[in-house]
Amino acid sequence: MAIWLTKDSKVIVQGMTGSEGSKHTRRMLAAGTNVVGGVTPGKGGQSVDFGGATLPVFNSVGEAIASTGADVTVIFVPPKFAKAAIVEAIDAAIPLAIVITEGIPVHDSTAAWAHNVASGNKTRVVGPNCPGIASPGASNAGIIPADITPAGRIGLVSKSGTLTYQLMYELRDFGFSTSVGIGGDPVIGTTHIDALEAFQNDPDTDAIVMIGEIGGDAEERAAEFIKANVTKPVVGYIAGFTAPEGKTMGHAGAIISGSAGTAEAKKQALEAAGVKVGKTPSETAQLMREIMQSR
Amino acid sequence: MDLYEYQGRDLFARHGLPVLDGGVATTPQEARAIAERLGGRSVVKAQVKVGGRGKAGGVKLAADAAEAEVRATDILGMDIKGHTVHKVMVTETADIVEEYYFSYLLDRANRTFLCIASTAGGMEIEQVAHEAPEKVAQVAIDANKGVDEATAREIVATAGFPADVADQIVAIAVQLWQTFVAEDALLVEVNPLAKVADGGRVGVGQAPQAPATPRASSVLLLDAKVTFDGNATFRHPDHEALEDVEAADPLEQRAKERDLNYVKLDGTVGIIGNGAGLVMSTLDVVAYAGKEYGGVRPANFLDIGGGASATVMANGLEIVLSDPSVKSVFVNVFGGITSCDAVASGIVQALAMLADRGEAVTKPLVVRLDGNNAEAGRAILDAAANPLVERVDTMDGAAKRAAELAAVGA
Repeated sequence: MAIWLTKDSKVIVQGMTGSEGSKHTRRMLAAGTNVVGGVTPGKGGQSVDFGGATLPVFNSVGEAIASTGADVTVIFVPPKFAKAAIVEAIDAAIPLAIVITEGIPVHDSTAAWAHNVASGNKTRVVGPNCPGIASPGASNAGIIPADITPAGRIGLVSKSGTLTYQLMYELRDFGFSTSVGIGGDPVIGTTHIDALEAFQNDPDTDAIVMIGEIGGDAEERAAEFIKANVTKPVVGYIAGFTAPEGKTMGHAGAIISGSAGTAEAKKQALEAAGVKVGKTPSETAQLMREIMQSR
Repeated sequence: MDLYEYQGRDLFARHGLPVLDGGVATTPQEARAIAERLGGRSVVKAQVKVGGRGKAGGVKLAADAAEAEVRATDILGMDIKGHTVHKVMVTETADIVEEYYFSYLLDRANRTFLCIASTAGGMEIEQVAHEAPEKVAQVAIDANKGVDEATAREIVATAGFPADVADQIVAIAVQLWQTFVAEDALLVEVNPLAKVADGGRVGVGQAPQAPATPRASSVLLLDAKVTFDGNATFRHPDHEALEDVEAADPLEQRAKERDLNYVKLDGTVGIIGNGAGLVMSTLDVVAYAGKEYGGVRPANFLDIGGGASATVMANGLEIVLSDPSVKSVFVNVFGGITSCDAVASGIVQALAMLADRGEAVTKPLVVRLDGNNAEAGRAILDAAANPLVERVDTMDGAAKRAAELAAVGA
């Protein structure tokens, strides 16, 4: 089993007819994901051939759900239209919405989140600006390469895409239950804590890798959560020790403001919660390796 | 993007908020002319994007236009916490009775907006929060409901603003929220928001020679700290003009023109990688490895993104290599969806492209390729056999080698 995304998940793609959307739909299908259709307003009734699979296009998420029973949407809509796409997914009460789009204005993502809260939190929003979720061997929703690692018993949650791939690759001999990319934006729908809680409750996950980076205090709060609630072993990695104050380091959320959001503070908080923190990604993988080997 | 105070003041004025009349000057003569227009008596304020200007001597009162010129001469060129003053703002004076604090900002942790208001203004709000937390009111603002009059009244009541200014602050709170939203700001901070005695003019929409009229408001926004959301630039074409191109690092400026995500740092190992997290991590790993070589550190952050095409790689290499402090370059790519053979071909082509441009690479490159099709990628690098390109297959090993080469080349 895996968390949130399983072999039974029925996936639709918002923006499937766009270049990114179609490229990754093809990839997801090749990875064995049960993609059941796409949504592009105004193109409902059309279909797209992905060399073997012909998928229907719907005008709205609501129509797509009614017709296919979809329970996951992956959003590849450009920043300008992303808020409308997320709000539409929330209004259709789809259980899981994964927002890949990078560059969404913070006012838009904050408004979309407020809308989700006001609507009763029926949709788990992952992202924006994230690589998605991969449950190796079961389903792949987003842009995480599907062939890095087979299924296994490590869970991973990360703000960064490429660091996720790096750790999955280094630990591919153990394999992963699920990898969740939560995204590098300042406002995101699913946090480290949400994933930690789900992995703690997942009988098929034995240990957890948590990757964080500078900016905000999500890692500090995750450390508090681990101390109080997580009994499975957690290893951590934090990026951005050398980042200067006041500069955005690639991810919109990766910025140290004054003395807040530093890598050192996050590392210390995690270590105080009993989490072993690696100095490099490879050392982090080695820490996890030791845990898995001792089991 | 952070605005200068004068840009924030202009923005507030455009949105109908009560501010002091004034202007910005880059020379003492310009400062004098502005002071003359304002009637002589004025305040000269250093324009730097850092706090603590007052204590550093960057804010001075002038009794007349001649003194404004003298003050501007003193302040222009001053160094305030590492920032050189290139501009001063000259404003009317105000007879301040009370100083308050007011801001709207993003609350990342709670995924909402927040209003922070206090009757204790004019000093660092962090200090007030530390010494007298009961004086700092925090009111969460729902992004979809915003700040209407009722919410503004709640803010005013929670902060305990005096009754005689309550209605004015309610109006300001509503207007400032609309500004915050309309401009896609991540922060609008007014410190101080001041109750003033009388006299002077309101700076909103007045012609320079307009006669003094009574203030429409006795509460004024006397400072402006504004941060815009870089992701929202597509709906604010006017924001780009507010960027201080001259103050930007020239390498960062050139990188920006080429759409590269580059940050200049102070070390000697040039860094190119794919993905923000991996590149941040690469900087750390180089600094960590560099401790063994007398404190070698990364020279820059450069994320060339997932695709890592030859052209982007060439542009990236060109920027990194044009930095005279760079002694070695570490190219760190994890092939995810992009396969490593494409990345390796990109590197080989990029080196050829640079040679064609007459900018042949003369500094050593350490390349680490891992992930999708890594073996094929490494084979391409080996076949190209460029004597300056060294292949190391682990990130930690490659960082160590790049640091060593930088130490040798220094």
